[in-house]
Amino acid sequence: MSTQSSSDAGGFSIGDLIRRPETGSLIGFIVVYVFFASLGGAVFMGAPGWSSWLNIAAEVGIIALPVGLLMISGEFDLSVGSIIPASSMTAAILSGHYELPALVGIIGGLSVGLFVGFINGLIVTRTTIPSLIATIGSMFAVMGLTLGLAVLIKGSTSVSYVPDPVTKGLLGTFINGMFNVSIFWWIGFVAVYYFLVHVAPIGNWVFAMGGDRESARNAGIPTDKLTIGLFMASGFGAAFVGIAQVMTYQAAQVAGGQSFIFNSIMCVVIGGVLLTGGAGSIIGIVLGTMTFAVVNQGIFFAALDPNIGSIIIGALLLTAVLSNDTFRALAMNYATKKK
Amino acid sequence: MSANTPVIELRNVDKSFGPIDVLHEISLKVRAGEVLCLLGDNGAGKSTLIKTLAGVHAPTRGEILVDGKPTTFDGPRDAQDRGIATVHQFGGTYPLMSIGRNFFLGMEPTKGFGPFKVFDRKKANQIAVEEVQKMGITRITDGDRLVGGLSGGERQSLAIARAVYFGARVLILDEPTAALGVKQAAHVLRIVNEAKKRGLAVIFITHQVMHAMTVGDHFAVLIRGAIAADFRKGEKTREEITDLMAGGETMADLEASIEGYMETHEGHPPKVATAD
Repeated sequence: MSTQSSSDAGGFSIGDLIRRPETGSLIGFIVVYVFFASLGGAVFMGAPGWSSWLNIAAEVGIIALPVGLLMISGEFDLSVGSIIPASSMTAAILSGHYELPALVGIIGGLSVGLFVGFINGLIVTRTTIPSLIATIGSMFAVMGLTLGLAVLIKGSTSVSYVPDPVTKGLLGTFINGMFNVSIFWWIGFVAVYYFLVHVAPIGNWVFAMGGDRESARNAGIPTDKLTIGLFMASGFGAAFVGIAQVMTYQAAQVAGGQSFIFNSIMCVVIGGVLLTGGAGSIIGIVLGTMTFAVVNQGIFFAALDPNIGSIIIGALLLTAVLSNDTFRALAMNYATKKK
Repeated sequence: MSANTPVIELRNVDKSFGPIDVLHEISLKVRAGEVLCLLGDNGAGKSTLIKTLAGVHAPTRGEILVDGKPTTFDGPRDAQDRGIATVHQFGGTYPLMSIGRNFFLGMEPTKGFGPFKVFDRKKANQIAVEEVQKMGITRITDGDRLVGGLSGGERQSLAIARAVYFGARVLILDEPTAALGVKQAAHVLRIVNEAKKRGLAVIFITHQVMHAMTVGDHFAVLIRGAIAADFRKGEKTREEITDLMAGGETMADLEASIEGYMETHEGHPPKVATAD
């Protein structure tokens, strides 16, 4: 069956396509991929190219998903940048320094993320402090605590930990020496978030909260609980990446992770999430993450000056926001024609 | 419950925020199939009254009776569960969500079971479109359309249809026509009539006397937090109502004084309008 006949069957129309929030990001991804594929050549289009950008995409992507959800609900989370080292440090200290089982370290690290997320949510819902400020505050607090405690316990800013083969295999190995297992975890996270946001009713609540928090509360949606839950999800995502990093690199550093703050927000915005909340999609966030990763890694394959890469990412961000606005306006005014 | 028992009634309700008294001794009642128009200028205490009716604020003194029984609301959700629905000026709708999703927000229809409950988009869209059409908005045929593309009147209608569908018995409409054009306002008024025909008790808050007179059975004028006048349809003329809302100062006097000023000032209107 050709695509033409299936479109006649009524399952597909230009209107449906325009109305989908991820159309803009899909076009963006294709353009960027073709651009770097033409420069990077066979190597970039082969396994080495795919693995290098997918590895980047998976790491950022696991954080970008909940950060994007938070943005849809109208909040920011900048604390992810310091949750990553905090959780990897916790896991390394528990399992490496105190030689507890790997599972204890993993649970400990994830708990750090959930806890910081819970505090963020509490601050945002109980006070009038905007989430941008609240999470900058918690970011610095967590950063300081991580450094202080690491020096206090270990006397150093880096802790090494050699995980057992099973843990390493599950969280920090490279398949074929190229593809990080994080890619599969990322796919798993995408599936779970896709279900929650677009299939289960709770997704509706998140969008409504970003659209108009007051009315959403009046409609009986537990906005405070949901906000706290979303912050905990983003803390969890960041902590997960932190743990995956320990397992991969067999060491935890107190610094690092800051790049994830802007990168995750960039992926989300390129993916078509409205900065002020109320609109976006999981597929869009995934496409945004892939676009970001392709540019990030494509630069090396295309043998371009890395500075040009930054320029491209900056331009991409602006173009993405502009085109997403256009698509949103189109979607708003689009109505199916009377049959 | 006899047909004559008001669905909702306020008896001598006062509301103060700390030292500031906002509502004084408000008493009003609405029966099923009746439209009560609450008229009042800005700052007359209309929004506080609505919030008290909707369970957002608890009255400082006095009581609220639902079906003749004294009731206290534990919050807006509780009031909603008792069938009191509030539709705000902009309809409380979400522009970037589809009609079906807006309609069922917070009460999503699901299929499947356990943790795998799935939002039933088809059913949601179908019911939403049907209900809105029943209210007379035949232009809406596609439940996937985003609400942001609807006109203000259509959004109001969607919100009212939603309230009716979810079993509202008292419909509180907060300035539903304020931001609308003439045609759109007429649309909303038609829907108010439709809701009334279905036996809902409607509380219609407005400062547009014309709109109130089109649909109202019963009128209450609110001035500085107190009910200044309470009358039934046909008992007062439009001019009298307008004058009441303006706080006793008659419009005719006001117009005369402005005209007088303009005559003595080469046709310029007064620079600053002062009270008294």
